[in-house]
Amino acid sequence: MQSLEITNLNVNIDGQPILKDFSLNIPKGEIHALMGPNGTGKSTLAKVIAGHEDYEVTSGEILLNGESILGKEPDEISLAGLFLAFQYPLEIPGVSIANFIRAAKQARLPENESINAVEYYKELYDKMDALKIDRKFTARSLNEGFSGGEKKRCEVLQMSMLEPDYCIMDETDSGLDIDALKIVADGVNLMRSPERGFLIITHYQRLLDYIIPDVVHVMYDGKIVHSGDAELAKELESKGYDWVKDSFVSSLAQ
Amino acid sequence: MNTTVNTHTTANALEPQWLLDRRNSGNETYSNLPVPSAKDENWRFASVLSEDIDAFKSAPMPEDHAIDYALSNSKLVEDPIAELIFVDDHLVQSKPLPKELIDKGVRFLSLNEAIEDHSHLLEPYFLKDSTRLGSQKYFGLHASNVKAGAVLYVPKGVEINEPIAVYHWSNTDKGLICPHTLIIAEAQSKVSLIDVLASTTEENRCLNISASNIQGHPSANIYRKVIQNFNSKTLSFQLDSAIADRDTQLENIAINLGAAKARYENQIKINGSGAHVTMYSLSVAEETQEFDQRTFQTHNAPNSVSDLLYKNALFDTSRTIFSGLIQVEEGAQQTDAYQTNRNLLLDQRADANALPGLEILANDVKCSHGATTGNIDEDELFYMLSRGIPHRVAMQLIVLGFFEEIIEKLGSDSLAENIRKLLEEKFASKIKS
Ligand SMILES: Nc1ncnc2c1ncn2[C@@H]1O[C@H](COP(=O)(O)OP(=O)(O)OP(=O)(O)O)[C@@H](O)[C@H]1O
Ligand SMILES: [Mg+2]
Repeated sequence: MQSLEITNLNVNIDGQPILKDFSLNIPKGEIHALMGPNGTGKSTLAKVIAGHEDYEVTSGEILLNGESILGKEPDEISLAGLFLAFQYPLEIPGVSIANFIRAAKQARLPENESINAVEYYKELYDKMDALKIDRKFTARSLNEGFSGGEKKRCEVLQMSMLEPDYCIMDETDSGLDIDALKIVADGVNLMRSPERGFLIITHYQRLLDYIIPDVVHVMYDGKIVHSGDAELAKELESKGYDWVKDSFVSSLAQ
Repeated sequence: MNTTVNTHTTANALEPQWLLDRRNSGNETYSNLPVPSAKDENWRFASVLSEDIDAFKSAPMPEDHAIDYALSNSKLVEDPIAELIFVDDHLVQSKPLPKELIDKGVRFLSLNEAIEDHSHLLEPYFLKDSTRLGSQKYFGLHASNVKAGAVLYVPKGVEINEPIAVYHWSNTDKGLICPHTLIIAEAQSKVSLIDVLASTTEENRCLNISASNIQGHPSANIYRKVIQNFNSKTLSFQLDSAIADRDTQLENIAINLGAAKARYENQIKINGSGAHVTMYSLSVAEETQEFDQRTFQTHNAPNSVSDLLYKNALFDTSRTIFSGLIQVEEGAQQTDAYQTNRNLLLDQRADANALPGLEILANDVKCSHGATTGNIDEDELFYMLSRGIPHRVAMQLIVLGFFEEIIEKLGSDSLAENIRKLLEEKFASKIKS
């Protein structure tokens, strides 16, 4: 029950199937990595889980701790315990990081309670310091004019501030330099807990040297075609997707 | 120390001849010019004014409860160094300048006081000219009726860092108010003045014809903000003109929230090189409100900058019109002149019109003009929702964020905070979950 469970999910975009009978179960306490070639549907999966309306879900189920979240609003799904670190975080002009995260925290409090500003800023600054984000960033418009790496670090900052049950990180490592990669990995490892599950979407095995996954899945053409332990990422790195196609896809097709 | 003024004065025969002449010619202009029609280029897209303007009349001194209401709600500007509060064009309270500024020659006077005792100060500027953007008829009415307002004179080299505030409240149904603001900033002086226009009730339908005139002498630094927050029944004309001389720094900010129909004309003339003028405006239109904005940036001298940014958010079936002209005269080389209008449509029924224009007679200039109209970005919204922020709050944050680049230019944290609150109040009923 304490898991993020996706069963036989079929999703179309403009009538074209993108996710095809996709199934995946992430119990709390585990880190799952999801790898797969460009355009295979990883971000589509992440956004469908987060409640994006533009995708046609034709069948399947998504359960968060046993409760269906399919068809729920993105804000409800967030409050139910899901966090998506975006592959391409949006720029929100005129909304400061501090006010943005504060609004998200406020949404988690009962109606008549408001945030304790002193505690809030202490937590925010501590977490920014840990992620080596300059405190001056609090007043800057969210993601506006941020470098690629700054955006990704800011996603992780939001994630650590909101303390979700399940974290989906969509290529958070892309655009990070080596130092930033370690900082972000440290941030994730600090959040690692028996009470929390992770789905880490990545193209690079390098990240998985720092965040050791429990399970690695390989996705191809809308579904998971092979799963293994952390070694699988290394094997994939050396053999490439042709190996996946030859070894797992054709055998599935027959 | 605040003093309450109880006298009731009107324009009268004791006025100097030059003023009587200007009032008469204003009256003639008002009577002779036709009511503008949408065929007039200056009134394109504006809805036709069906109202009988003559039905609006100056109102007598208001009753105490109206005055009390005005006094207890004149709070937008915190800790002004001096203040005037008018209700229906009657001065009801004034906080004079501190003695040390008066000793330095600074004058901050109600219009009546200025006419009586400082007519020489007024004569070169007062009612001589206004915007040339289509409202000459209404300026004529203003000139013949004006009896309330503020005259601010800052002598050479005197810098005032704290804001000066002027409140104009309308209180009477079918009342006419004609607030006037004259700022004379001598060379190297510095001053900041904030006009607030508002109504004491939700119901009184009033006609406002306000005019302001800023005279910026060389190297003066002038900051003028005007906040229009009349009730939704009001008809409002604001006719603002300014002259910038050599190295004058002039910053204009207009916040437009209220009125049924509000026409805002803002005209700046740069007559000296090295001047830097900014014109910012923020409007929130809802229901059937119409904001009609006409601007004119004239560069008569080289090496100067004028930068205009007008942002509008439109709810319901509201309308906005932005029509702006940049005119760069021959010889005004190395001019930088910008004009940007951005409209955020929050309802498909709302209607934003933009008429940007350029007229450039110099050949070495940097000018740009542009207008954009767009909706809330669905991806931005999804991003915010995905953090658990409810739809209503997300929309508010996006709309407030849209205005933030104007709000942060207000230069005062407390005023910025008070304006954000006003905006939030206005959105609260508009943005539903
Ligand atoms: N809004 C959309 N409209 C049309 N096609 C889309 C849309 N979003 C995704 N697609 C298509 O769906 C497919 C899957 O895209 P998705 O972004 O999920 O891939 P991905 O696995 O995340 O790729 P990458 O590794 O490059 O990030 C692609 O072919 C993409 O072009
Ligand atoms: Mg992707």
